[in-house]
Parts: sequence; structure tokens; C-alpha cells
Amino acid sequence: MMRIRITFSKQGALRYTGHLDLHRLWERAARRAELPLAYSQGFHPQPKLNIAAALPLGFSSRCEMLDMRLEHDIALDGLRDRLQETLPIGIQVSSIEVVDERAPALQTQVAAAEYEVTLTEAIDGSDLKRRIDSVMESASLLRERRGKQYDLRPLIEGLDILPDGKIFMRLTAREGATGRPEEVLDVLSIAFEGTRIERSRLIFQS
Amino acid sequence: MLTSEQIERKLDKILLKVQKPGRYVGGELNSIVKDWDKVSARVAFVFPDIYDIGVSNVGLKILYDQVNQREDALAERAYAPWLDMEALMREHGIPLYTLESKRPLACFDLIGITLPYETLYTNALNVLDLAGIPVRSIDRDETHPVIIAGGHSTMNPEPMHAFIDAFVIGEGEEVIHDIINLVQKFKGLRVETFEPANLPTFKREDLLQELAKIPGVYVPRFYKTSYMDDGTIAAIEPTIPDIPKVITKRIVPVLPPPPTRFIVPNIDVVHNRVSVEIMRGCTRGCRFCHAGMITRPVRERSVEEVLQAAEEAIRHSGFEDLAFLSLSSSDYTDILELVTKAAERFAGKHLNIGLPSLRIESVSIDLMEKLRENGRASGFTLAPEAATERMRRIINKFIPDEDIINTTREIYRRGWTTIKLYFMIGHPSETLEDVQAIADLCKRVIAEGRKVIGMKAKLNAGVSTFVPKSQTPFQWVSCDTPEQIKAKQALLRRELGRDRNIKLSLTSAEDSYLEAWLSRGDRRMAEVVYSAWKGGSKFDAWEEGKKYDAWMKAFEEHGLDPLFYTHRQRRTDEVFPWEHITAAVRKNFLFQDFRQSLEGQIRVDCRLNCFACGILPTFAGLRRENPGDVWKCPDVKSPARTAISEQLPVVGD
Ligand code: SF4
Repeated sequence: MMRIRITFSKQGALRYTGHLDLHRLWERAARRAELPLAYSQGFHPQPKLNIAAALPLGFSSRCEMLDMRLEHDIALDGLRDRLQETLPIGIQVSSIEVVDERAPALQTQVAAAEYEVTLTEAIDGSDLKRRIDSVMESASLLRERRGKQYDLRPLIEGLDILPDGKIFMRLTAREGATGRPEEVLDVLSIAFEGTRIERSRLIFQS
Repeated sequence: MLTSEQIERKLDKILLKVQKPGRYVGGELNSIVKDWDKVSARVAFVFPDIYDIGVSNVGLKILYDQVNQREDALAERAYAPWLDMEALMREHGIPLYTLESKRPLACFDLIGITLPYETLYTNALNVLDLAGIPVRSIDRDETHPVIIAGGHSTMNPEPMHAFIDAFVIGEGEEVIHDIINLVQKFKGLRVETFEPANLPTFKREDLLQELAKIPGVYVPRFYKTSYMDDGTIAAIEPTIPDIPKVITKRIVPVLPPPPTRFIVPNIDVVHNRVSVEIMRGCTRGCRFCHAGMITRPVRERSVEEVLQAAEEAIRHSGFEDLAFLSLSSSDYTDILELVTKAAERFAGKHLNIGLPSLRIESVSIDLMEKLRENGRASGFTLAPEAATERMRRIINKFIPDEDIINTTREIYRRGWTTIKLYFMIGHPSETLEDVQAIADLCKRVIAEGRKVIGMKAKLNAGVSTFVPKSQTPFQWVSCDTPEQIKAKQALLRRELGRDRNIKLSLTSAEDSYLEAWLSRGDRRMAEVVYSAWKGGSKFDAWEEGKKYDAWMKAFEEHGLDPLFYTHRQRRTDEVFPWEHITAAVRKNFLFQDFRQSLEGQIRVDCRLNCFACGILPTFAGLRRENPGDVWKCPDVKSPARTAISEQLPVVGD
């Protein structure tokens, strides 16, 4: 058994490929690249793939991560290129590394995620800064999602305007405590439709 | 016209509002994006159903590859957007575009629409409209693409004659090149932009005239139909010289290498699989079967070619399913060898291998067992079609009850818990007793299953309604009336509805009628199609789309009676709307076969005994050049004749 961790970007058309379909995509990529992907036992064997954190539909990402279990050890050199060749253009592999077989499951290690929001429709910049400040100064931001009330404020670890005009967010991403960029945009009175959101970094527990 | 960038920008705003936006963005592995400016012919292929269904269509994939293999041409794809997407596209002024370059369909030279079934007709109109292209052929000018169509349903192209510039009759692999060459020739001088200042230098009419001279290409505007007082056809005549009176389908003498670079969707679709066609055509001669009659002669690929293609296609796609396609897998000469080797070669690769259309015999179970070892146990499907000896003789698919019982018992015994049986109601002269026999047979099958595996035994009975098709021995017969269909379906529900282990599925009578009007419709039906579409019907195979009322209103508006097309036994000397189109199976052969059906006479597999259906005289030259095993028809020994008569055989009574 061998466990490898793949870091990749998800862009362009692939923004519209959801979490389950992405699993499928990697299973097929493994078959194309002739990797000895391991499967679970049983009547409906499932490939042993773990994606760090689901990316909402429509978002792009520069930093997706996935663990793949292989039936036996393989050489890593040349693997990135071999794999890249078998992937659709929207997926670019940036690195592949071997991970300790006993390391905890990838999904359980994610602590936070950073996002960059590009505004595709012009809004008043000076006013935006003021709104961001007021969000950061507030003690709580009670909101409702799917009929449940929750406080968005503690999930916002960082919020700022980048020099290039994009909005930067760092949101908690733990099980049961995941901040959603579209909720933050809503608080800032920015229409989700007028934006493009990219996940730029995943932060893991150390 | 909008540029790709403009379209992409607009899409960004709406895609998150629709179901499955991945349908509309392309970017799939193995899709081909060529440099627009480096080719002289651009083709957009359209499957006018949703992406989820269209993307895995093998026919279109073959053509996509054929065109993209050329250096001087490119092919891209488009599908019919689902209702939610269509509404948003219209609201935001987004024309239908191709997935590869996101260019509007209207800027292509040629649009090829596949029409495998009649329920796509309204969608084809909708696709043109969404592309901003005039729906009617006569309203298009030199600035518009040439619209061609092909696919099984175009064996009777007439209900679509007003909308399509040219139909390809038969197999498209070779003729697509003839068409592209011609378009390039005409386009040689064509301006690259469609600004009014740059008037094109050729006449559309001239191009269409040349198209009409390509063998296998039917350009409806150059043919005239005259009618008798009773609404049947008096004659169909060409209106210009030098085009054939009868258009004979094109075939390829030898099946070209199968596609191996399947488009791999980035979202879940209906068939996530590699399909390799192992054989084209069928020699069984089931009289209801349109495909069986129009895809002759039988041509097989070698085991090695099939396996190599399958291997390559899996390597390039990574798909988890592999299907060997043909109309009748059991008839493939080396089926045992193919299955044995496939099971060996793909062992341990977590692949499901499918083998459709198996004969009802124990050998089929052996075959399925070999494949099962490899992947998951898929369901076992068999198609007895009818349940009494009389019906089986009429349709020429003769499988004794005992074979069905023995085979299904054995299937349960060897570990399958669910069997799917396909039947059809509404065959000519069928009575309630014949339908009762279907119910009885299902009960016997499940009873046998229970003896073997107890209450785990399940049976899915799929009972569809027969629709008589053009170019088959049943082209003369009347459909069942709605009352007959209702009574038959009620009987089945009553008889089979109570057993929890039997799942009965029936097709709606309305769906069958829609198919029936169109499959044997004449030119006048084109106006009905148009009005039904204008009245809001589209996606006619989908509950969410079709509007039966709109169809009814359309018939009324044009003073036509739907019963004329469905509930009318055709005269033996009737001139059919598709009289000028032939699949090379002669009308008098079909008529003879129809007569034999009335007498309950069976015709054996024509591999064993050639019945001279017409294939050989039509394609004598091709057969002579390709003798031996590549075809399952006898060799042609006679020397080449100079001309083949184009006269239609006269059918007397
Ligand atoms: S020519 Fe003879 S063998 Fe060939 S398809 Fe026709 S009937 Fe069958």
C-alpha cells in the first residue's frame, strides 16, 4: 500500500464539476494513467480517494488536495507529467508527494480556507472598505441558512481588500463550522452573480 | 454575432442558476479544439437532446472524429439545452453555441443534426431557432450554414423536409467527406464575415443542387410530391435534371476502425462508457425491427480489432463501463472468443462489461458469467417480444416458451436475482389472448425463479407499444387504437400489478402515437411539426417538455387527421411518402415478407439462406470488391453490370 497526495488546481469548465463527479474524474484519471488505485472490498468496490474539502460549484481553485491509496508502491518521478497528460485542461497538477499510510484522513485535517473574490461588476471601493471594517468590528453576525440560525462572525478569520482590488477572505473550514464566501459577500451587500471566487489556499491543522 | 468571449461572459452569470451547469461548458477530455482560422470548413454536430444523453452517442462520435482527422476541417458539438437553460439563454440573448469554442452555431459552414428518433423533431427546430438560424430551409440564404441531418429516423425524412437542407441517407462515414469537400469548393470564395457589404459569391441554390448529386444525399427542395384525392401520394418526382429519382442509402463496405477517444464528460451522464461496435446490421429479420431492416448488410469487426479498440478506448477515457454494441450480440460469429478474451484482458481492472441483445439460450448465460467475474453483476435482459406461437410467427421472432422458461430458470440459478424481459404489444392482429399470454409467461418465469431462489427472484417486464416503421414489412399495417392499447395495458396491470416481485413498465399511448405519426408521415406533417413546436411542444420524449395538446391543435390547424397516419391499413399499391428513399431492401421483398407474416410463415436467419432482399444487387460492386467473410451475405460472382435499374419494383396484389 502506498498513499499519495496530489495538489491541483480546478479552473475553467471544471468549475462546474461537483464533488462527486470530481471523485469520478480522479478514478478515471488513475485508470488512464495506469495507477494501481486501491478499491474497498465488497459488492460495490469504491476507489480509495479522499478529497480534502468540497469546493462549491462555480468556484475555481488553485489549491485542491486529494489523497489516493495505491495497491503497491510506484516510482514518483515522471508521475506528475504522466498524470497531467490524462487530465482535462481544467485540472493542473502542481505536486505529488508520498504521505504516511497512517496519517489521519485528509478531510479531518483542514482548518481553514482562503478565497479571493474578483468583482466582475463595478462597485464603490471606498464604501467597500467601510463595510469590511464594520464586519470585522462586529461581535456577531447572526444569519440563517437552510432554516438554521448561526453566527457567521467567528467563522471569518480574515477579510480584506488586496492591492489588485480583489477581496480576500479566510474562513474557518472545520467539520460543522464552515464559513461560506457567498454568505460573507451577502453581508457585504455584494451580489454573488457579480463575482468570481477562487480558493487560493487550504490551511491544515499543524 | 456574439464572440466566444461575449458568450462566456454571459454564461458566467447564468450557469449557477441551472441544474447541472456542467452540461454547458465543454472542457471534456478528448474533445478537440482546433484553430478556427486554420481550416476551411467548420462543422457543428448537434444531438438535439440533452447533453446527458447525447454526449455518449457513438454515431456522432464517429463523424466528429472523421471530420477532425482532416487537416482542413474542424468539428465541434452542441446539444439541446434543458428547459431551464433555454429560458435563461433566451432571456440573456445567448444563441446556441458549440461546447468547444463557444462560438454561435450560426457561424459554422455546416450543421449536422442527428435524428435517431422522431421525438427529437421539435427539438431540432428549437435548436435552429435558438441558434438564430431560420427554421425553414427556404428562409435561409448564403449567410446561413447548410443544415444537414442523418440518423435512423431519416429513412422517412418527409416530416422534416421543410427544415433540413439535405438529408444523409444511410451511413455517414464516407459521405460526410463528400459534403465537406463540396462546401469547401463553394466556400472557396466565400467571405469570412457575414457583413452585408461582403456579399457571398455563390448561390445557396447552386450548392444545394450539387449536394443533391452526391450519392446518398437527399435535398428535398428538388423533389415534388403530388397527392391523390384521398390524401395518399400519387407520385414523388425530381424537379431538376441529373439527380436520382430514388435515393439509395450509403454504406461503408468495411467498417472503419472504431472511435477510441471518447469524450469523457466532467459530470455524470446516462452512459458513462466506452462503446465498441462489434457488428453492424442484423440477419434475423424480425419484422417489426426498423434497425434490422435498414442497417443491412451484416458486417463484423474482428475480435482482435474490437479488443484493441476497447483497450485503447479504456486507456484514453478511463471509463468504468465497456459495452460491445450490435443489434444482436449472440449472432456475432466469434462471440465466445470475444467474451473470453475480453474477460481475460480486463481482469482486475474494475470494469463492467456489457453485452446487449443476447439470444434466449443457455450460451448467453455462459457469456454473461464470464463477464460477471470481472465486474459487478449487472442485470440480465432478454427480449422475447411476444408470448404466443401465433404472434411469434407473425413478427418472425420465434422463441418457444420452453426455451424462455429454461433459460430464465438457469439465470436465477446462476446467481442473478433480477431478470428484465422486453415485450411489445400492438403487433399486427394481436388480440387480448396474446397479451394474456405475456402476463402468463411472466408469472411462469417468476414462479420458476421462486423455486430456485425464493422470494429474492425479481422480474422487470418492460412492455412497449409497437409502432409500424417505414422501410419494414409492417409499413402497411395500422396501429392499435387507443382503446385497444388501453385494454391491453389494463389487462397487464391487472394481471401483473399484484405480484410485488414483478415490476411492470408500460409506454404511454400518446408517446407511441407521436412516434407513429412521424415515422410514416408525409410532407404535410412538416406543418404539423412546425405548429406543434410553435405551440410549445419540445423534448417530446420528456414529460416536462411534450405538449400533446399542441400536437392535436396543430393537426386541426392544418386540416389533417392523425388517424390517417396511424389507424389506416395501407393499400397494397400505395405510394409511400418515403418511396423515393431506399435502404436497399426492396419494396417487393418487404411486401412478400409482410404476406408471409399474415400466413404465419417464419423466415430463418438470412445468413443460412439468402432471401435476396435487395442488398446484393444494389451493392454488387462493393461486395465484389470485398468478397468473403467481411459481409454475411453471399458473394457476388457475376461480372459487373453497367447500370443498376433505379426503377422501383411494382407491387401487385
Ligand atoms: S442479401 Fe441476402 S443475406 Fe444479405 S441481407 Fe439480404 S437477405 Fe440477408
